[in-house]
Amino acid sequence: MQSEWQFIVLFVLLAPIFPVAPILINRLLGPHKPNPIKQQTYECGVETVGDAWVQFKVQYYIYALVFVIFDIEAVFLFPIAAAYDNLGLFAVGAAVLFIFLLADGLLYAWGRGVLEWI
Amino acid sequence: MSFNIVEFLSSIFDLTAGDYLAGVWGDAPWVSIVLDIIGILLVATIPLLAVFVVGWVERKVLARMQDRIGPNRVGGKYGLLQMVADVVKMMTKEMIVPAGADKVAYFIAPGLAVVTSALLFAVLPFAPGVIGVDLNVGVFYILAISSVSVVAILLAGWGSNNKYALLGAFRAVAQLVSYEVPMILSLLVPIILARSLSTMDLVEAQTIPFIVFVPISALIFFISSLAETGRSPFDLLEAESEIVAGFHTEYTGMVFGLFMAGEYMAIMFMCGLFSTVYLGGYQLFGLEDWVLANGFAIGRGLGLLILLIKSSLVFFVFMWIRATLPRFRIDQLLNFNWKFMVPLTLVILLSVALLDRVIVDYLPGVGEAGRAGIHFVVNMLIGVAGVEVLRRSARRQRQHHNDLSPILAIAENEGDPIVVAEVEPAHDHHEPVPAH
Repeated sequence: MQSEWQFIVLFVLLAPIFPVAPILINRLLGPHKPNPIKQQTYECGVETVGDAWVQFKVQYYIYALVFVIFDIEAVFLFPIAAAYDNLGLFAVGAAVLFIFLLADGLLYAWGRGVLEWI
Repeated sequence: MSFNIVEFLSSIFDLTAGDYLAGVWGDAPWVSIVLDIIGILLVATIPLLAVFVVGWVERKVLARMQDRIGPNRVGGKYGLLQMVADVVKMMTKEMIVPAGADKVAYFIAPGLAVVTSALLFAVLPFAPGVIGVDLNVGVFYILAISSVSVVAILLAGWGSNNKYALLGAFRAVAQLVSYEVPMILSLLVPIILARSLSTMDLVEAQTIPFIVFVPISALIFFISSLAETGRSPFDLLEAESEIVAGFHTEYTGMVFGLFMAGEYMAIMFMCGLFSTVYLGGYQLFGLEDWVLANGFAIGRGLGLLILLIKSSLVFFVFMWIRATLPRFRIDQLLNFNWKFMVPLTLVILLSVALLDRVIVDYLPGVGEAGRAGIHFVVNMLIGVAGVEVLRRSARRQRQHHNDLSPILAIAENEGDPIVVAEVEPAHDHHEPVPAH
């Protein structure tokens, strides 16, 4: 068990090499002559007005909220699925009830019309 | 356990790295660390290098589908070295960082994209006994790591301080987060059937591939993996005709190349994962086990070859869809997910959970084939019902649309193709000039 996670930990520690090395090579091989016009924000023809760090539409946020319902559902369902052999019909019925409760969340969001893209 | 990939190479090339190291250092604690590092370098570099091959294949196949020749200059008649040339070009380009960018977020984003894609390969079973590490929570690990790629895209969009990039990132978050739900739920189905979260156990449980048990669930997983990797028709996050290049508008040189590498690695992994959880992974009717049992280590190479062929077929369908379908609109995309795919997957999940319990408890005599058959029939029935619901809703929508527009309604009722209404001729010239 310990050696399994040792692999993952080492992998996480080593993995940054893969993006960092190409960036460094690019920095060494490529030219580096910045000037203000080159470093302008990209825009189609005209100069950019203001910066992009704005308050964004709440619509995007609501999908993330609905996603949270199902992400939590998944956290509880994965153990149930993995231990399926040890569950009786009653336990599976309880899991089904759990899924129904969460599907109710989806139906509520649907009924309230938050799943409509405006 | 965790350095099986080294043993695999040892068995083919007659290398004995593990034995050698053990002989030199005995049971020193760093032996396992050194072997892990060798395994990691193999697991991570092979997909990175495979990007060259996959990129070339995709460009060539797409070109053929669009009646073009594709790359044909660099590296001989078939342009084999095109991707190598591209990477060399990217390496020698200037890295232009926009003045207004948030430097930290700007540079972390491409790194994160590559790292998450590379980390995924740790739990993909390549051949019997050949896997980076056989975690007992393998599928959970995959989901945990792959959701981090959303953060990479959001960081890129936010850090660039560019409006196109920000729009692309918002779309990406809405899309990736939404399609993760059917993906999680359709991954639960094979887990219930295999009763394990380990990817290795998932493959071993498939004496009959799970696509035979639950074809509709496999289809849903396939669609959501298209959306998760941002492939056409779900490529809204980098829709070049609308928002330039989406979240990587401001990236140049190799920093852009890293995004591309990360994307291709994620695609390769998704093809591998689809083969692993639904197509039986490295298994082909027990062929590789039979070869292994007869004392040929080459059976592992055979397993790898089988997995490669299956993944390539899945990747071919990815390319085929990219060449065929136009892009979705964002509201269509999200409606399709939340109002069709998620409810359908929930129904499939419920049916599989209940049905498998009933089959195992009350019908133990049907055997594996009978179990597959019952699941198949129920799954197909649910699929047909789902398509029927979709058809009715489409008809209702069309009806609603027709009510608003009489011209379309007439055209539809008469069975004529819909024609654009003729523009009325201008009357200006014929009207008599009003007399004063």
